[in-house]
Amino acid sequence: MTQRTKLFLLNHGPLLTTVAIFLLAYVIGGQLYPAMQKPQVFFNLFINNGSLLIVSIGMTFVILTGGIDLSVASVIALTTVASAVLLQNGLPPLVVMPLMLLMGIAFGAVLGGFIHFLKVQPFVVTLMGSFFARGMAYIISLTSVTIKDGFYNDLALTPIYIPFVPNAYVYSYALVGPVLFLVTIYLAFFTRFGRTVYAIGNNEQSARLMGLPVGRTKISVYAFSGFCSALAGIVWSIALLSGYGRYAPSMELDAIASVVMGGTMLTGGVGNPVGTLFGVLINGTIVSLLQFNGTLSSWWTRIGVGALTLVFIGIQSLFYVRRKTSG
Amino acid sequence: MTRQKLLARVRESRLFWPLTALAVILLFDALFAPGFFRIGIIDDPVYGPHLYGNLIDVLNNGAPLMLVSIGMTLVIATSGVDLSVGAVIAISAAMGAVLINPALGDRLITNDILTADTTNTPLPLIILADLAAGTLCGLWNGFLVSRARIQPMVATLILMVAGRGIAQLITNGQIMTIYYTPYFWFGNGFILGLPVSIYIVAGVALLAWVLVRKTALGLFIESTGVNARAAYYAGLDERNIKLLAYTFCGFTGAIAGLILSSYVHSSDANNIGANYELDAILAVVMGGTLMSGGRFSIVASIIGAMVIWAFTITMYTFGVPADALTAAKAVLVLLVILLYSEFSQRLLGRWSLRKGPSHDAAH
Amino acid sequence: MLEPTDAILRMSRISKSFPGVAALEDVDFTLRRGEIHALMGENGAGKSTLIKVLTGVEHPEHGTIELDGRVVQVRSPQHSQALGISTVYQEINLCTNISVAENILLGNEPQRFGTIDWRRLNALAARALKRLDIDIDVARPLGNYSLAIQQMVAIVRALEIASAKILILDEPTSSLDANETSLLFDVMRKLRATGIAIVFVTHFLDQVYQVSDRITVLRNGRLVGTYETGALPRVELIAKMLGRSLADLETVSKARAQHELPAAEAPTLKAAGLGHKGTLEPIDLELRPGEVIGLAGLLGSGRSELARLLFGVDTPDAGTLTVDGRPVTRFSPNESLRHGVALCPEDRKVEGIVKDLTIRENIILALQARQGWARYLPEARQYEIAEAYVKLLGIVTPSVDQLVGNLSGGNQQKVILARWLATSPRILILDEPTRGIDVGAKAEIQKLVLDLAEEGKSIVFISSELEEVLRISQRVIVMRDQRKAAEYGKDVTAQTIIHTMAGHQ
Ligand SMILES: Nc1ncnc2c1ncn2[C@@H]1O[C@H](COP(=O)(O)OP(=O)(O)OP(=O)(O)O)[C@@H](O)[C@H]1O
Ligand SMILES: [Mg+2]
Repeated sequence: MTQRTKLFLLNHGPLLTTVAIFLLAYVIGGQLYPAMQKPQVFFNLFINNGSLLIVSIGMTFVILTGGIDLSVASVIALTTVASAVLLQNGLPPLVVMPLMLLMGIAFGAVLGGFIHFLKVQPFVVTLMGSFFARGMAYIISLTSVTIKDGFYNDLALTPIYIPFVPNAYVYSYALVGPVLFLVTIYLAFFTRFGRTVYAIGNNEQSARLMGLPVGRTKISVYAFSGFCSALAGIVWSIALLSGYGRYAPSMELDAIASVVMGGTMLTGGVGNPVGTLFGVLINGTIVSLLQFNGTLSSWWTRIGVGALTLVFIGIQSLFYVRRKTSG
Repeated sequence: MTRQKLLARVRESRLFWPLTALAVILLFDALFAPGFFRIGIIDDPVYGPHLYGNLIDVLNNGAPLMLVSIGMTLVIATSGVDLSVGAVIAISAAMGAVLINPALGDRLITNDILTADTTNTPLPLIILADLAAGTLCGLWNGFLVSRARIQPMVATLILMVAGRGIAQLITNGQIMTIYYTPYFWFGNGFILGLPVSIYIVAGVALLAWVLVRKTALGLFIESTGVNARAAYYAGLDERNIKLLAYTFCGFTGAIAGLILSSYVHSSDANNIGANYELDAILAVVMGGTLMSGGRFSIVASIIGAMVIWAFTITMYTFGVPADALTAAKAVLVLLVILLYSEFSQRLLGRWSLRKGPSHDAAH
Repeated sequence: MLEPTDAILRMSRISKSFPGVAALEDVDFTLRRGEIHALMGENGAGKSTLIKVLTGVEHPEHGTIELDGRVVQVRSPQHSQALGISTVYQEINLCTNISVAENILLGNEPQRFGTIDWRRLNALAARALKRLDIDIDVARPLGNYSLAIQQMVAIVRALEIASAKILILDEPTSSLDANETSLLFDVMRKLRATGIAIVFVTHFLDQVYQVSDRITVLRNGRLVGTYETGALPRVELIAKMLGRSLADLETVSKARAQHELPAAEAPTLKAAGLGHKGTLEPIDLELRPGEVIGLAGLLGSGRSELARLLFGVDTPDAGTLTVDGRPVTRFSPNESLRHGVALCPEDRKVEGIVKDLTIRENIILALQARQGWARYLPEARQYEIAEAYVKLLGIVTPSVDQLVGNLSGGNQQKVILARWLATSPRILILDEPTRGIDVGAKAEIQKLVLDLAEEGKSIVFISSELEEVLRISQRVIVMRDQRKAAEYGKDVTAQTIIHTMAGHQ
């Protein structure tokens, strides 16, 4: 029994540290700034980081295959601009939303196709995707476009109260991330697709020789990430009720950082979406901590985020070293 | 037969693809932008007579990127990546600006003092401090990657995020304008009609080339990049090799920061050297170095950087607005992807094979 | 005598070339239903390539593949599985991060409503492993298990592909011990009885004669012929593989092994209580000049761990190590190289080859590492060294500028060996140096080891092949459960060693 628990702890060490650090950061925050003890602050994490959570989940799968997707932030920007302009031109939201999702899927699939068929490195291909999407956003509109659609307004402003927690609420769009999260847990652990993703990340050549559908899976993973980005873009445009090419600057890096903080290795094959959820929450907590402080200059925020990331990764890599020598 | 061999050698050479890409862009200019190649001589009141024109701009504006690409090449060859070069540029620029600032340590800050054409620190010291700051940043990255064993992209992400914060800290959040004329020489001066910056690039490239090709360092770097474990078993100190690569990359970033801040007469921690990390990676990839590490060519990466700037300047001459430039850049990357993919390489290989025998048969 | 209907597979006039190498030229290969067919040949003869053509990894320039009487184009490994061809490749090709059960069944896993049925998956996998007498926790990641288990899992995966009509095993036994091998053979025979055709590649002649019905021999990418196993005496088989006779080599090495040690010389290497927590119990070891010590033991018995400690890859946390009377204080491969110690590691893919570099660069790598970065060997000298070793070890390649990754498995092994020989070490530790190496080269390497000993070098020789260990070592140390179980002189029999290895004395 103790042997088993020890094994469990070792195998899930990185994930458990992530969770523990999140709790720790949150509790310390609560001690320092009593205002942070309000439950609403916790739910605000989901409201403020809705888009980040969604793209990070898509990014998790990409990174699990050993790839990377630098285009997510630009696709968010493109989605906000495109939907804002389409809505402005009178298209109904129920047409615009699916259209955006389709665009995201197609965009991701094309990038995945480049990566798979032309055997070009994901970093370069998705960098191209990033340039392209950002450029398209500017070509559609150089300035910010407001959304006046009623449906979007309703989605943006109607609070949903949390049962059993007095005075705590989220907005509908904040629920998209958690729902998507549940879906990806299922995908990652209970489907052939998910397991193939892990196999590819460990050793693509092996996965191919095992007769697994490597190409199809890789393209699907990028398509899924494209889907997530478009979804995040829709959430973003609802939250801010506008579209702009400059939105979500370097959010791809925040997403990568969140995924990595969640214990997923950039080399592929190790990690899971649960970690990513906590990675995003930690990211959000750090930002709110610095906001609660309020007196720090913006550069200290940056340095602080860098330093905390370092502490984080440091603790995690300790775990990996430990596991390697004992396993 | 010998001609075919020559063809094959040219094609296999690492310079072939970046040179092709450069040629394609220049050809495009020759066809559609008649004035592009015009080079004139101007007698500048400050810097004396020198050449000017688009091609000179490609060299001068591209110099910082070329420098960074040299460092990035070594890092990528060890199968790493350095996302922090933009931040290192900002730190080095901030160092320079602060040390020049004549109001430094002065109680009485008046506009006259601030904008005076003097420096607080002697120029050689400034250069030394710049280089030291950048090299230290590189050393830090190298330490994280080689000793703490943090994945390169994450390790350098830390400095990428924090670095611009540090630069702001150095300048106390100000955008600093530089008024000290001798400092401008690096980004604007000329020697024998050619920009100073290009001599600096040549010097650093030569230094790097001698280091990696006239000693065994190149072999060591490539072995480490392909299989670090095997390299360790073979008796290489792969950790110090990585450390060296990142440190050198920081060093080149520092020089780039010096030239850039000298060129624009200021240091803006948020914007100076923005996106240089991505452009540098792009340049290296164009030079044929795989991001998974291994074989590399410094010269090819430098040409890769030239391609990026030739393209950018071309777009400027066509009046493409800065915001839409990103979309145009996507097209450039697409071109690179298509040219470099295994698929097109194979196509070309088959084409030259088919040509080969018939050529032989004719004799 | 061979009815056309007997043949389940007929490959005719297959050709495949790589830049500078004709790996296969006009090779014919026929496989009958319900036979075990051995595919033999020297390193680089084209065995793996023939298999890769059959499984769609490589595409031949010309030639046809007829499966069950129908001409097929095998597009990809996935396609070949669909066609009923199931394969274990030469290098283990599984994923270490997912569970054993998944490695066995992924792609054919039991599902319920599109969801993986984990309970059934694990049960099925456990049952499949039982067939080979393996009882392990199938829910743990594959990477937790030894190379031998991984190899067995790879085999089980191939067996589990439900519709397999043809089973291909490319050197499956190179990391198995005798017991595991005989279990595998039992399974192979059972499968044969059900009508499955098996292609079996190995460099162990004994095994060929144990299980195979027919033998096809390749040499330099060409077909030498296909023979009934019973009708082809061993010497003839060797002659057909090598194109020359092995007899002279054999006698030489036999004679050499007789030479006696000059008694009572100071040891070059001495370990006292050397140990590493968790991997090796403290051990004593003395190595004299001109001595060959054999290290025998099962996989995971601590053989490789000891080798790694001696070479400084791992730092011991107990005991002392002295080389030439001087205690070693800094443990690292680089330091050991300077002391004249060299280790040819066990896992050539991970610890050995640098696959994107050329043969020349791979060979001089350790030598250059010892010289340091500043004193770069002149290019001409590099070529000279590399070419000398290519010739000495018979590495099959068009030039020393070929990438090592493109060499056949056995030739890669020789390149690694050359890397260490090039440093002219005084103490040479060889961890499975002959794995995947053909009979001819194996004899050459044994001869080389004995020559080196003759010159006064000391050698630690680790091998799973007892016969080989016995033939060349003056002393044999048997490892068991991470400690030294016994030490024998040169007159020990294989029987005794096997007993010690297994733990009943
Ligand atoms: N991808 C490749 N590129 C270039 N040459 C190759 C490639 N794959 C194999 N070869 C060459 O083809 C020849 C046949 O190799 P193959 O792997 O089939 O040999 P093998 O008979 O399996 O040898 P071994 O017993 O050592 O495994 C070798 O000379 C090898 O160098
Ligand atoms: Mg083989």
